[in-house]
Amino acid sequence: MKKFLTALLFVPLLAFASSEVHLDKAPDRSGDNAALQRGAKTFVNYCLNCHSASYMRYNRLTDIGLSDGQIKENLLFTAEKVGEPMKVALQRADGRIFFGAAPPDLTVIARARGSESGSGADWLYTYLRGFYRDSERPTGWNNTVFPNVGMPHVLWELQGDQVQGEHHKLELANPGKLSPKEYDSMVADLVGYLNYMGEPAAEARKRLGGFVLLGLLLLFILTYALKREYWKDVH
Amino acid sequence: MSTINDGLKSLLGWVDARFPLTSNWKSHVSEYYAPKNFNFWYFFGSLAMLVLVIQIVTGIFLVMHFKPDATLNASGVPIAFASVEYIMRDVPWGWLIRYMHSTGASAFFVVIYLHMFRGFLYGSYRKPRELVWIFGMLIFLCLMAEAFFGYLLPWGQMSYWGAQVIVNLFSAIPLIGPDLSLWIRGDYVVGDATLNRFFAFHVIAVPLVLVGLVAAHILALHEVGSNNPDGIEIKKKKGADGIPLDGIAFHPYYTVKDIVGTVVFLAVFSIVLFFMPEGGGYFLEYNNFFPADPLQTPPHIAPVWYFTPYYSILRAVTYPLFGIDAKFWGVAAMGASTLIIALLPWLDRSPVKSIRYRGPITKVLLSLFVISFFILGFLGTKPPSYEFFGMIPGAPVAQLLSLYYFLFFITMPVWSSLDRCKPEPDRVTSK
Repeated sequence: MKKFLTALLFVPLLAFASSEVHLDKAPDRSGDNAALQRGAKTFVNYCLNCHSASYMRYNRLTDIGLSDGQIKENLLFTAEKVGEPMKVALQRADGRIFFGAAPPDLTVIARARGSESGSGADWLYTYLRGFYRDSERPTGWNNTVFPNVGMPHVLWELQGDQVQGEHHKLELANPGKLSPKEYDSMVADLVGYLNYMGEPAAEARKRLGGFVLLGLLLLFILTYALKREYWKDVH
Repeated sequence: MSTINDGLKSLLGWVDARFPLTSNWKSHVSEYYAPKNFNFWYFFGSLAMLVLVIQIVTGIFLVMHFKPDATLNASGVPIAFASVEYIMRDVPWGWLIRYMHSTGASAFFVVIYLHMFRGFLYGSYRKPRELVWIFGMLIFLCLMAEAFFGYLLPWGQMSYWGAQVIVNLFSAIPLIGPDLSLWIRGDYVVGDATLNRFFAFHVIAVPLVLVGLVAAHILALHEVGSNNPDGIEIKKKKGADGIPLDGIAFHPYYTVKDIVGTVVFLAVFSIVLFFMPEGGGYFLEYNNFFPADPLQTPPHIAPVWYFTPYYSILRAVTYPLFGIDAKFWGVAAMGASTLIIALLPWLDRSPVKSIRYRGPITKVLLSLFVISFFILGFLGTKPPSYEFFGMIPGAPVAQLLSLYYFLFFITMPVWSSLDRCKPEPDRVTSK
């Protein structure tokens, strides 16, 4: 009976099987400081003109191995002090006029874009590689995972022009400054950075978790021995 | 040494002459005799208390930094949403406190559902424990309210639209509905007024009631004594000293045992907290990392996992009756599905309490009940158009299972008395 009931607990898991949009798996860049720093640079240069990251302070980037001086010299365009959050000069009302919608804050975008189809990083990785030329759109660009997106392809100089070919497959019509491989790697770094920025404490959290579990294991041995000792006289 | 001991003893005597300290300690802890055959299922009562304490303590620290304010800051983000991220980033150890609270919310329901299921298994609701059960059901209702109010506070898209959907349900009540939902919201849509009042309910009103009900639940339990996996009364067989033969003192026996349970629970809790705090999108929904936007309805609004069985029942009712909207009957069914559990002490007519001595009818019907509860919960996370394996439509399945949910309770007086039961033992069995 007991085993049967326990087995029942797992029945619903069988029903978990779904498919929506196909997302490419984003390469894992967590813990790779060099990649995250490259991603931060791309983010500051290309994204942080329209999109804010208003919960993220510049000096938090010391997490990924940058010093305050390095941050100040290389990344600090929109603020005066390293302790300030990543804000933008673009007014939201203007953004609405320019793009049809104000560009969203990107601090936690990698967490928000998660779904059953894949992680938020997967979504972003596919999205940033999914722009193609579409003359029907006001910006001249459309996207495979975000149809009719308001944002033009900001990284087009690097990737080049993609067009939608047969069966909606994307093809590179005009090459950009980077080879497709280099472009994918750069996007992976950027997505890795966005993923880090979504939860800067994630690495520390996992590290601490290991110690906590180790401590609890030790405590389990002690408390279990204590329980055994007391329960000796219960028959 | 002995002078210190004497000093403490006289201090205790001084207190005892003015406050029932020692007598309460004895009657509730050191001389509260619990059956000696508690098994795995009996950990969840004390664990529920532990989670309550975790939620209250972490909640106090969160309130120090959280701002229940729906207005937009300079970056166009609602202040409430931004303050949660402030806790996650700028408050020292804020992320730990916040994850303890968010994981604790789900853990609370896991523990409470298992605690309630224990009652189903061993007939813990039967005479003389009807009031223990009813207090427990009130705690469950309070907990649902507490979770619902709390879920609005981070002011994400799911917070916002979940509250919008649930408060709108009240508008289905004939005559007073629209005014009632307006009164609850304090605005025509969920807004700053709603956020502020939900905050007040979440941090003051409901926790106060909750703590009071927990006290009543435990007082009622200690008055009648605990049930056990054999479902027999240990108080019927007492020794010469008046202590039940199968009873052991709660302290130290169950305190040291519950500590082991606590450590194991904390390990599971920590695995979620430190390695998967989003719980795969079930504990923290992905969409809730988008700030609330009253102008953009998400394509699919799903409540958090612990509400989804009831949400499925709500959606299962699609026919208007007596000229009243189907939505109202859905709400009524959802309400009834939680309230009907409180009637268990009077619905169950079996001669024995424990599943160990009950017949095949109970075992099969209860198993089916558990399975349908899980499937209802799963379907509640999906849009109504969901199909199992892309073939079997989910909506009629949910309707069928909702019907079974009610039939299980309504027909219980019949099948529970018909079942072929085995004789109960005189004394508890140890396994």
